[in-house]
Amino acid sequence: MDIAWFLLIAPLVATIAILLHLHRKPDMAIFASVGSASLCFLIALAVAFGGIPEPAPFEWISLPGWTVDIGMIFDPLSKGMLLIVTGIGLLIHIYSIGYMSHDPGRGRFFGGLSIFMFSMTGIVLADNLIMLFLFWEGVGLSSYLLIGFWYEKESAAQAANKAFVCNRLADFGFMVGILTFWFLMGTVSVRPGVLAPLYKENALPQKGSIINQVEIVTTQADSYASQHGVVATPVLLTIMVVGLFLGCVGKSAMFPLHVWLPDAMEGPTPVSALIHAATMVAAGVYMLCRVYPLLLLSPAGLFIIACIGCLTAIFAALIAVQQNDIKRILAYSTLSQLGYMVMAVGCGGPDAAMFHLTTHAFFKALLFLAAGSVIHALNDEQDIWKMGGLYNKIPLTFWTFAIGMLALIGCPPFAGFFSKDYVLSIAYAYGPFFYLVGVITAFLTAFYMTRLVVVAFLGKARTPAAEHPHESPRVMTIPLIILSVLSFTGGFIGIKPVFHGWSVDVLASTGLLGVTSPAAEPGIFLEMVVPAAVVALGVILAYFLYSDVAADPLEIKILADKFYFDEFYDRSIVGGQQLAARFLNWIDSWILDGLIIRGAAYVSVGVGELFRLLQTGSLQGYAFLFTLGSIVLIYFTLFH
Amino acid sequence: MDITLNHYLAVAAILFAIGLMGVIMRRNLLIIYMSLEMMLQAANLTFVAFSRFNCANDTNGAIDGQVFVFFVITVAAAEVAVGLALIVALYRLKRTTQVQDLTTLKF
Repeated sequence: MDIAWFLLIAPLVATIAILLHLHRKPDMAIFASVGSASLCFLIALAVAFGGIPEPAPFEWISLPGWTVDIGMIFDPLSKGMLLIVTGIGLLIHIYSIGYMSHDPGRGRFFGGLSIFMFSMTGIVLADNLIMLFLFWEGVGLSSYLLIGFWYEKESAAQAANKAFVCNRLADFGFMVGILTFWFLMGTVSVRPGVLAPLYKENALPQKGSIINQVEIVTTQADSYASQHGVVATPVLLTIMVVGLFLGCVGKSAMFPLHVWLPDAMEGPTPVSALIHAATMVAAGVYMLCRVYPLLLLSPAGLFIIACIGCLTAIFAALIAVQQNDIKRILAYSTLSQLGYMVMAVGCGGPDAAMFHLTTHAFFKALLFLAAGSVIHALNDEQDIWKMGGLYNKIPLTFWTFAIGMLALIGCPPFAGFFSKDYVLSIAYAYGPFFYLVGVITAFLTAFYMTRLVVVAFLGKARTPAAEHPHESPRVMTIPLIILSVLSFTGGFIGIKPVFHGWSVDVLASTGLLGVTSPAAEPGIFLEMVVPAAVVALGVILAYFLYSDVAADPLEIKILADKFYFDEFYDRSIVGGQQLAARFLNWIDSWILDGLIIRGAAYVSVGVGELFRLLQTGSLQGYAFLFTLGSIVLIYFTLFH
Repeated sequence: MDITLNHYLAVAAILFAIGLMGVIMRRNLLIIYMSLEMMLQAANLTFVAFSRFNCANDTNGAIDGQVFVFFVITVAAAEVAVGLALIVALYRLKRTTQVQDLTTLKF
């Protein structure tokens, strides 16, 4: 058996052990969970740098003419993502030991983390979409369990349901996408070597912007579609791409379904950091990069992806400007950054998306963990207007948070600067509009993050609790320091060449390398100077607006109320669903129960009542009728 | 005058008719019960008569009917035991054995 399988087996064993027995013994559960996470990280290091070969896939589902394997892909994309997932996963496991040390349910908590590690590793390594979908649901489950970890809190239970329903809704679209893919191509594999031949049969059209590129692809000879004479028209290919993208819309909380992510902050902070910032919500982006050769089949689909990403980026950044809960600000910031990544994929830069995903995983995990440290220090206070003046009382938390913030806003030379600029240059090549929106979002990001830091950490303490915070234990601060180092150096350590090399490989294998090279290079001024300038502007503006104020000088109600999306969904979808449910309930109680079931009962009762009138109660009357009947019977049998 | 099968059958029929009339017309449960027994004996009489006249030369089934009568009498005796017990129980419950007073089945 290949050692690589232990990437899946170790967390699975920890999960089962905790589920069956260890959840009653928190210390043992922590040992099992953290142990399995460490083992995963070690194997991931060996996979990434030690050259462990891909394990041979084994057959999982076998149907006539079609099999689904359980297998692993090791390429730069999955190796990079694997290191992020296991590395940050391990740090957050360690942080959780300190953060959750007073919670009686921490055994259950670590069980949830282990389910998550198992499922997320499966998503990263999956070599086909069916296997990916299986683990996709696994992370959905762990997200549900961990958001609702404090299930006795009404809001947490509601948030868990909301996340689950939104994800299920999107997964339906994802399933449509997978099935369309299988229908057209006769395979569900996402190995680049399998996807590449899809392009061989068609002549590539002329150079130009990506929107007008690949138009028609012939279906594979052995696919269901070609056996039934269906041609892969652009419409079908767009359905496939949009379907696959819908999976990402749910998991990465893109625009119409973004409502679940801010509510998911009801979960414990390490969960917000690991699942709802660094890794799981990025799984949607990772999946898009994994199927990127397929996305190229539909330029219209890519355009939709870019638009949704762009819309989410600016719209979440606008909302973040007026939020007051430290975790919610970070959640909207996550939405906004995920919008950047999705926009990068749509604009034809999966390597930029993965680069930004990586640096974002570092600094957003750092920000959430530092925010958790603040919350811990202030005994569960999350309102930034009740903090203030924390910078010299919990210096370690402050400095690590500041590094995360500088990396997020893209201040040179922190990690976010490089990845954001790369995304912006890709967007510029695709269309100046996307670049413009990206730059405005960068300005807003700088503005709201500076607001957060100035209000929460600088100035004077606003409440008695904020005057005497206590620094977190070392088990929590060490992960913060490691992540700060990564957030600082993440831009330099060669992640970009790794993903760029992978992206070039994929494009070369599909024969698209030459035609998809950017049409326009933005140049150093637009790529670096303009973003840095707007970031500086945002920081200065927010600093002067927010230093030494007791309440928010800006009151923009529509932003504070998140564009009324929750209210809109409550009225339209939840209300409509209630209406439909009442109608069905009416049918059930009146038509089904009333007319059919009770109706049948009432008919038999009525007939019984009718015949009851015949009963005289006279014994001899019965005897007489009985005799009469016998005589009639005898008469008919004998004489007819 | 020879006494033929038909004479026996006629007597049985008369017995049966008297019994039936008793069952239908008398009011006292005990009398009705006795009339019922009379109808049984009419049936027994036809058994014996048929056995005697129709199967006299039949070596195999000559006395089948007569044997059957014993069974009927035996079962009837058992019935009487049960039936009388029921009537006694009914009398204890209702303080009457007149059928016109026992109309619980009436709507």
